[in-house]
Amino acid sequence: MKFLRNQLDKVKHSFEKGGKLEKYYYAFEAIDTFLFAPNTTNDSKGSQIRDAVDLKRLMMTVIIAMVPCLLFGIYNVGHQHFLAIGQPGAALGEKIGIGLWQVLPIVVVSYGVGLGIEFVFSILRKHPVNEGFLVTGMLIPLVMPPDIPLWQVGVATAFAVVIGKEAFGGTGMNVVNVALTARAFLYFAYPTDISGGVWTYLGDSQAVAGYSGATPLAVAAEAVKGQQVVAALNTFGSGWNEGVFTLQNLFIGLRPGSIGETSTLMCLVGAFILIVTGTGSWKIIVSVFGGAYAMALLLNLIGGSPFMELPAHYHLVIGGLAFGAVFMATDPVTAAQTESGKWVYGILIGVLTVLIRVFNPAYPEGIMLAILLMNVFAPLIDYFVVSANKKRRIQRATI
Amino acid sequence: MSVAVAEVVEKKSEPLFSKKNRKLISNPLDIDNPITVQVLGICSALAVTTQMKPALVMAIALTVVTASSNVIISFMRNTIPSRIRIIVQLAVVATWVILVDQLLKAYVYDVWKQLSVFVGLIITNCIVMGRLEAFAMGNKPGPSLLDGIGNGMGYGLILLIVGFFRELLGGGAIFGFKVFEAMGLHYKGNGLMLLPAGACVIVGLVIWVQRSINGHRETH
Repeated sequence: MKFLRNQLDKVKHSFEKGGKLEKYYYAFEAIDTFLFAPNTTNDSKGSQIRDAVDLKRLMMTVIIAMVPCLLFGIYNVGHQHFLAIGQPGAALGEKIGIGLWQVLPIVVVSYGVGLGIEFVFSILRKHPVNEGFLVTGMLIPLVMPPDIPLWQVGVATAFAVVIGKEAFGGTGMNVVNVALTARAFLYFAYPTDISGGVWTYLGDSQAVAGYSGATPLAVAAEAVKGQQVVAALNTFGSGWNEGVFTLQNLFIGLRPGSIGETSTLMCLVGAFILIVTGTGSWKIIVSVFGGAYAMALLLNLIGGSPFMELPAHYHLVIGGLAFGAVFMATDPVTAAQTESGKWVYGILIGVLTVLIRVFNPAYPEGIMLAILLMNVFAPLIDYFVVSANKKRRIQRATI
Repeated sequence: MSVAVAEVVEKKSEPLFSKKNRKLISNPLDIDNPITVQVLGICSALAVTTQMKPALVMAIALTVVTASSNVIISFMRNTIPSRIRIIVQLAVVATWVILVDQLLKAYVYDVWKQLSVFVGLIITNCIVMGRLEAFAMGNKPGPSLLDGIGNGMGYGLILLIVGFFRELLGGGAIFGFKVFEAMGLHYKGNGLMLLPAGACVIVGLVIWVQRSINGHRETH
């Protein structure tokens, strides 16, 4: 630590005003304040309110909340790999090794490209580097399939940061969630690499006989009339991965899927951390789940196709609903800001997710599009909440 | 839709290519561009730019229609009763559009099929109507011709830029010539660029670049 501090102090003068690297001051400042506490903190005298929370701390809390999902995802990628190639008895270390081998490069590319662009923009626009990308850079790998080509991760990250964020003015100014912008970009630009049977990493090995890369959503969507989706899910994977889509396993998350989204359990652990530390809004998380559940119940009542008759609680554990509800919908920048607006925002995300899942065969998973759509509508929701509040107060006023 | 008050450019006779009149051609290319500054004609800019060839044909078609209807309306401008001017303008534009449509059908049939409904929709293109209302109704035929050509070229310029990136990134080709394959590289087409959303993104980037170069800002 001491050595780092000394090195930083040694080069500091050339970045300050008048120094020869003055232009790059903000790049230097970003590294300095990332490694050490900034020297602009208050001293112990005086009567200001002191709190440890700033943007950096807030972002680190979100990252800590994502760690369970990441670790589980790394294990699961390896686990699914060995199941698919017919070696269910592989050792824990081997599974984690394969998982790390697939996941870490994605994380590195996402952070490398994203932070590179952030640094360039902060130097061009002469503002300090914001911490917003720390969370985005971790969210992007978690919503990618495990065998996504790395160049696609790079291109998607660059697109999301430039078009989704910097074009609108940088951290805190973006209209739509940056990580989901990256995923949506890949979804429309290279659909064959992010849909179909890409959810299990096979590598060079041959898949075991009877292996199918289908996800629960695909199974549900393909169920023909007269067939129960639950029965189809329960019998899925017989021969190579018995019981992979039972309700219990769907909840725990040992199934194919995007790296971080599979485990509802780990998402709930993350939700717990976010709610306890006051970082994420519990109203949004609860209302997304509630909206999806209510919509699925309504579809159950109407009936008609096997997917519509899928028990409502299944909708909460398949696909990426839990991950989206906990980490994407609660993004404080793009969500609704008013307290009652958050309920409307969350419920509509849940409702739309189930609608897209069940009725749109082109998009097997709806949570991404639902959140992006509601991101766009969030300011409108806030507008109506605020003007309703004004109206109420004017009526109450006695002038 | 821009239904601006007719801006009167000249009072006394002056040469066709005077400095002021040359501006009629050069302004729409940059600081008064119909797409990136006036934000007109967006729908056709999104629809016909997946490849460069239809974009080029569309740009030429629109330039011809704008310039020639500008001239005709400018000749008639003092005899058109103002209450029915829109319908007169529409009749003139429609005549030209049908002529262009038939020509395209006769000589470049495959491109005409690709452009499909969008040639006919030039009739309702805001740029054409906008120039008639804002310029031809108040100016002599000469400057009106230049104004029409200028705006058509401004529209065409953006169309070609957008078409260039969409065809290059989406299909790895320029005017149907497979660039990356010719260089011996494998290129995976970017599907987003073939969707209208991709065109929106590129138009946005063009506006971003243009405004950071010329410093144009919206005034309210």
